[in-house]
Amino acid sequence: MRAFFRSGDPFIWLAGSALAGCLLMIAGLVTVVVVNGLGFFWPSALMRIQVLDGTVVYGEVIERQQVPDKDGAHRLQLKIGNRDVYGLDFRWIDESDIETRSYPADAAVFERLEWGNANGTLEAVSAGADTLARGATAWAVLDSVRQITDDLASRIHDLERNHMGAVNAEIEAVRMARRRLQLQGSTVEHESIVQLDADQQQLWARYDSLSVELTSLREHSERFVAWLRLPGGDLRPIPVAHIVRVYRPNDMDVVAKGAVYLSKVWEFLSGEPRESNTEGGIFPALFGTVMMVILMTLFVVPFGVLAALYLREYARQGALTRTIRIAVNNLAGVPSIVFGMFGLGFFVYGVGGTIDVLFYPESLPTPTYGTGGILWASLTLALLTLPVVIVATEEALASVPGGLREGSIALGSTKLQTILRVVLPSALPGILTGVILATARGAGEVAPLMITGVVKLAPDLPVDGIFPFLHLERKFMHLGFHIYDVGFQSPNVEAARPMVFTTTLLLLFVVLALNLTAIVVRNRLRKRYAIKTI
Amino acid sequence: MSKAHEALESTTVEIDDPVVTVQDLSLFYGPTQALFDVSLRVPEKQVTAFIGPSGCGKSTLLRCLNRLNDLIEDVTITGRIELQGEDIYHPAYDAIELRRRVGMVFQKSNPFPKSIYENVAYGLRIAGINDRGALDAAVERGLRSAALWDEVKDRLQNTALDLSGGQQQRLCIARALAVEPSVILMDEPCSALDPIATARVEETIAELKESYTIVIVTHNMQQASRVSDYTAFFYLGRLVELDHTKRVFTNPRLQQTEDYVTGRFG
Ligand SMILES: Nc1ncnc2c1ncn2[C@@H]1O[C@H](COP(=O)(O)OP(=O)(O)OP(=O)(O)O)[C@@H](O)[C@H]1O
Ligand SMILES: [Mg+2]
Repeated sequence: MRAFFRSGDPFIWLAGSALAGCLLMIAGLVTVVVVNGLGFFWPSALMRIQVLDGTVVYGEVIERQQVPDKDGAHRLQLKIGNRDVYGLDFRWIDESDIETRSYPADAAVFERLEWGNANGTLEAVSAGADTLARGATAWAVLDSVRQITDDLASRIHDLERNHMGAVNAEIEAVRMARRRLQLQGSTVEHESIVQLDADQQQLWARYDSLSVELTSLREHSERFVAWLRLPGGDLRPIPVAHIVRVYRPNDMDVVAKGAVYLSKVWEFLSGEPRESNTEGGIFPALFGTVMMVILMTLFVVPFGVLAALYLREYARQGALTRTIRIAVNNLAGVPSIVFGMFGLGFFVYGVGGTIDVLFYPESLPTPTYGTGGILWASLTLALLTLPVVIVATEEALASVPGGLREGSIALGSTKLQTILRVVLPSALPGILTGVILATARGAGEVAPLMITGVVKLAPDLPVDGIFPFLHLERKFMHLGFHIYDVGFQSPNVEAARPMVFTTTLLLLFVVLALNLTAIVVRNRLRKRYAIKTI
Repeated sequence: MSKAHEALESTTVEIDDPVVTVQDLSLFYGPTQALFDVSLRVPEKQVTAFIGPSGCGKSTLLRCLNRLNDLIEDVTITGRIELQGEDIYHPAYDAIELRRRVGMVFQKSNPFPKSIYENVAYGLRIAGINDRGALDAAVERGLRSAALWDEVKDRLQNTALDLSGGQQQRLCIARALAVEPSVILMDEPCSALDPIATARVEETIAELKESYTIVIVTHNMQQASRVSDYTAFFYLGRLVELDHTKRVFTNPRLQQTEDYVTGRFG
């Protein structure tokens, strides 16, 4: 027994099982997220169920579980779609109530812009009062009609986003210029105001003509209607323009399903959210997250590295520097929401409010910078991650051998030259480790963002084609907040659940990608600046 | 005449035309005194060796000669050091300029994590010289003087960190030579090297003597007697004896010196 303890094996086992425990928990978490997240996009079969009470539904089986208090009985959770008809997307059906089940080949899933999926069979396609096709030929006609409506949709999008957006921005600019002149005391008869009013008139005229064009495009595309036969037998119209995707899962092989899968994944990554974020894509959130992390890094790295440089290289080491060091370390333990409140009070109301008064008085009381925005959110997170960067940089600087500094000084270089040419390059890998940690922390942080600029829906990205192209004052979407919002604030919890997993998965990927990039950069630098001594 | 000067008269050989003159130098690390009234002269284009037991202040004195002790907080220096007649501790004297004229090679070789070429060119680059031709010439001259050129001429752009220990040390010598100093300080340059690498460095020193003044700290008595023309023996922060190397090793003036060089204490 004593020999056993002396061999050290028990400790090795203890340490080993601790590691195994950690790995198991992480692997479990990742597996749950990956399985749920990736499975969501796969088009599952559409089951036709005739219930004993006479109703008929088409549904995708989401889950099969035991009925509480009834031995051996099971029930199915089905996604039946047609929320506009049934009021609910999901329905539980006891297996004992099912009369027949089948998988009809013509059962189709219509993904719509509104009201979620519609399940049923395609009866006819019409344009205005004319019926274009009926029965078996309707599918081919629907495909060609969808090409027309897709075309129209992209023209409408272009018109709204680019042309009308630009005119809107100009109108707003003119209005602001007018306000500014008035605030400076010009009267309505002043010639520049008269000029501005004329501009305004012209812009409005342009806007109106664009509106007319838009309405006619809309009307044109709304004329096309697909007629859907519901499982119950009713006929319902769906404007073709509202159809996002349509497929017949029971009639598809793996390749066709794979194609639908990929198109759904692509829509998720590149599209905009619909139906209070429970459907569609999350591109604005993805973009907002990445941009916020990049901005944060741009703020925190120079600031943190300079602070650490002063603390380690210039400040006289003593009680004061020790105190500062301890304070910085402790800053890392302050709850992030506290940073959020500081960001709100200092950046948003303090700095932003002052900027508004000084530079944007004409738009007050509507705040420009005096409200949450991506700039303030990234600055707040920069503050939050500052201790990580400072501590890592300080350690990296401390680990640069003193001999290198002396060697450089002895060759006649100044302290600044030594730091820039020898110390910093040697410390770079260590500094980058700190940056990696800070990035990871910043990408996963949500609480402080909720009060400094993240919103549930912000389709206008902080970068776009309208001057000045970079709109740092804009509110933005964030994957972490998106998870919270979809998971806990959504009116349609069942429909939102898969979205939580897919978004979580994506956030994990983003953090992983950001980290991997930084690690690759670091390893390259490490190879170049490896410090070896004899 | 002070007591120190009397001691100087009696135990040091007269050196005319010195490059470096140290007068009554005392140095304190905080409250503790490390050098006591050291006065000596370093002859031009000769090799002077500093010997003495560990902790007697050889490195400290050496680092005074290029003002490297400025980097350490809490160092107090009294006395006077002249380089070619100028007081290097005078407030108006430029320490950066001084270090270009007085190069240094350290006990532990410390090549920068850069290419071989950039290591040697470093001193010129920080002096603002970026002309490719001038740099190329200086790098080649430095490497040739340090007897390293033939070994590395085909891989100048490789990292210096892949060189062997002996090559790294000669690279550090080349780096110091590239800026063309008039004095080179070497603090135990061979202590981490094997006998063959040591021999190479010693050969290098012998060649450098032609054009440079060299001060070398060493614990190796054979090395001191092989490479140096003059030898200074220190003990507990004081200069005990300074004379022609031959005399120090065969017929020193003081019993203490004889005991040390013959290995009876130390
Ligand atoms: N930075 C420092 N701060 C305080 N004391 C120091 C410092 N550097 C050296 N000393 C002290 O000064 C004395 C002389 O040190 P120095 O390094 O000059 O000796 P040395 O003769 O070079 O010894 P060695 O042969 O071991 O290198 C020693 O007592 C040492 O402890
Ligand atoms: Mg020493």
